[in-house]
Amino acid sequence: MSASAEATVLITHEVGLHARPSVKFTKLAKSFAAEVEVAVVANGPWFDAKSIVKVMAAKAPKGTVLHIRARGDGAEEAVGALVDLVQRDFDEDRDHARSA
Amino acid sequence: MRIEGIPASAGYAEGPLFDLDGPPVAYRGKASTTEEKAALKSAIDKAVSRLTALAETADGEAAGILEFHIAMLQDDALSVPAFAAIGSGEPADAAWRQALDAEIAGYEASDQDYFQARAADLRDIRDQVLRALSEDGEAAAPPGAILYGTDIAPTRFLETDWSRGGGIALKAGSTASHVAMLARSRGVPMVVGLGASADSPVGVALLDAEHGGIVLSPSPAEVEAFRQSSSAFAARQGKAQTFLAQPAITRAGTVVRVQVNIADPSDVDGIDIASCDGVGLMRTEFLFGKVLPDEETQYRAYRKVLEWAGGKPVTIRTVDAGGDKPLPGFTVAETNPFLGLRGIRLSLTRPDVFRVQIRALLRAAVHGNLKVMFPMIATAEEYALAAALFAEEQTGLASRGVAHKLPPLGIMVEVPSVAIAPEAFADVAFLSIGSNDLTQYVMAAARDNAAVAHLNSVRHPAVLRLIASVAAFGREKGIPVSLCGDSGGDPAAIPALLEAGLRDLSVAPAQLAMAKAAIADVSV
Repeated sequence: MSASAEATVLITHEVGLHARPSVKFTKLAKSFAAEVEVAVVANGPWFDAKSIVKVMAAKAPKGTVLHIRARGDGAEEAVGALVDLVQRDFDEDRDHARSA
Repeated sequence: MRIEGIPASAGYAEGPLFDLDGPPVAYRGKASTTEEKAALKSAIDKAVSRLTALAETADGEAAGILEFHIAMLQDDALSVPAFAAIGSGEPADAAWRQALDAEIAGYEASDQDYFQARAADLRDIRDQVLRALSEDGEAAAPPGAILYGTDIAPTRFLETDWSRGGGIALKAGSTASHVAMLARSRGVPMVVGLGASADSPVGVALLDAEHGGIVLSPSPAEVEAFRQSSSAFAARQGKAQTFLAQPAITRAGTVVRVQVNIADPSDVDGIDIASCDGVGLMRTEFLFGKVLPDEETQYRAYRKVLEWAGGKPVTIRTVDAGGDKPLPGFTVAETNPFLGLRGIRLSLTRPDVFRVQIRALLRAAVHGNLKVMFPMIATAEEYALAAALFAEEQTGLASRGVAHKLPPLGIMVEVPSVAIAPEAFADVAFLSIGSNDLTQYVMAAARDNAAVAHLNSVRHPAVLRLIASVAAFGREKGIPVSLCGDSGGDPAAIPALLEAGLRDLSVAPAQLAMAKAAIADVSV
């Protein structure tokens, strides 16, 4: 029996799911064995969350409700971790504080 | 016309000139779709490794952008359409350009400023790979060619197929450069310091890397004389080969230990361990390459060489970066790098990096007869600090129950302070004279500067006197003394080194036979 999970999260980061956040997002997605997909509208199209090319192509600006779904081992953890990353604004503020 | 230069790696080469300084050539189409696909794949890999090297030194914002470019390039989704286009007959460059242009158009069409702006990133990514592709065309020097230019990058040397002869002729360059070292260990003829020439390099040339010179547009008489010298050299080398399997013994019956210098673990693949007395110097800078290697990578590299050597000693030198060997993310920019933070000085300021290497060495030590030495030691305090780090890491490994062993710790003798006053180092396990650096510091002649190359001689009485005094100190205290600089493999320098009291030399693998033959001729 394979696990599955799905969630939505609001992108609050100023410029959306852009270059640097998408690097972090796909890296985190790749750390899970589960198949993970994202969409910017509820009924798709769905994009491979582990492909930065596809995630960037989704062009999700600030205010987008991001749909995340996963299937397979650790599906729930994967969705939880990705939602968490988006809610933390991709840790971008922390990075700025550090480089300042 | 003959132009005189300085021999950097002995040998002869006759072949077409290939201009290293020429303008970049456009991408050259390949014969099959398989080769086109391979060309694109290797161009993408090349772009990724270049960007990775850049990202190592970049900070904050720039590193973030580079990381984004790397992640895009590493995502197969970006290249899938290009590989498909190659499959239907497009050449690699056109296929990549079309695939990326389609992607770029998608970003340009976005109504968001931010995503529109990413089109510039995609163009940059596109051009990085196109550049790597066209260099691939440029790299296609004909087999057996003499690479002629101002200088040559180590990667260029490594990418060249030397199996069908050829050589290197440099207008600038140095006998102590990384490429010169690589050329000597692979037996590729190389001459440096030829100076600027008005002639554009075309046609066949004769490279005499035994005496140091190149003949451009040779006359039939010059070709004939060249071929005679070349076969005489080959005959001497052939004769020397008969010494390879024998122990090195002088005419007077004195036994000399001859070990090899290596840089990469794969260097040992072509060496018969029976032909040498071990590894007198394993450099670890090359291992560090563009990215600092992790503990496991280092452990595997050291272990490979130790297992190859069986019970024979393997002396590994801790990372000797700095000077003429910058490492992105590790070394610092300096106005006078040979006199700056290099060797052990740098390692001691970066214990985070140094400790990783120390742990890898301690763990590898259980797999053979390991000895470890520190480069650029100037004071006994530096040795004590480095040895203390070994002790600390040893305690750490012991408490975690990891198999390890503390190897004998020695030092390089290359800073004149050590050679002049060796008595401060009576407690080191061994001394290894680095004649390249010792000579350049004693003679105040940078070894990467062709203009002062004539000063850079290990046979100057001042250098030989220091070597003799270090050898005498070792005998008196019972501390083994060896020499691992390039002069150890130079037949012209070997008699003087043995007369100075040395009985232990470490040479480039390609010089092993000639060195043993030269030793057999000495009456010490």
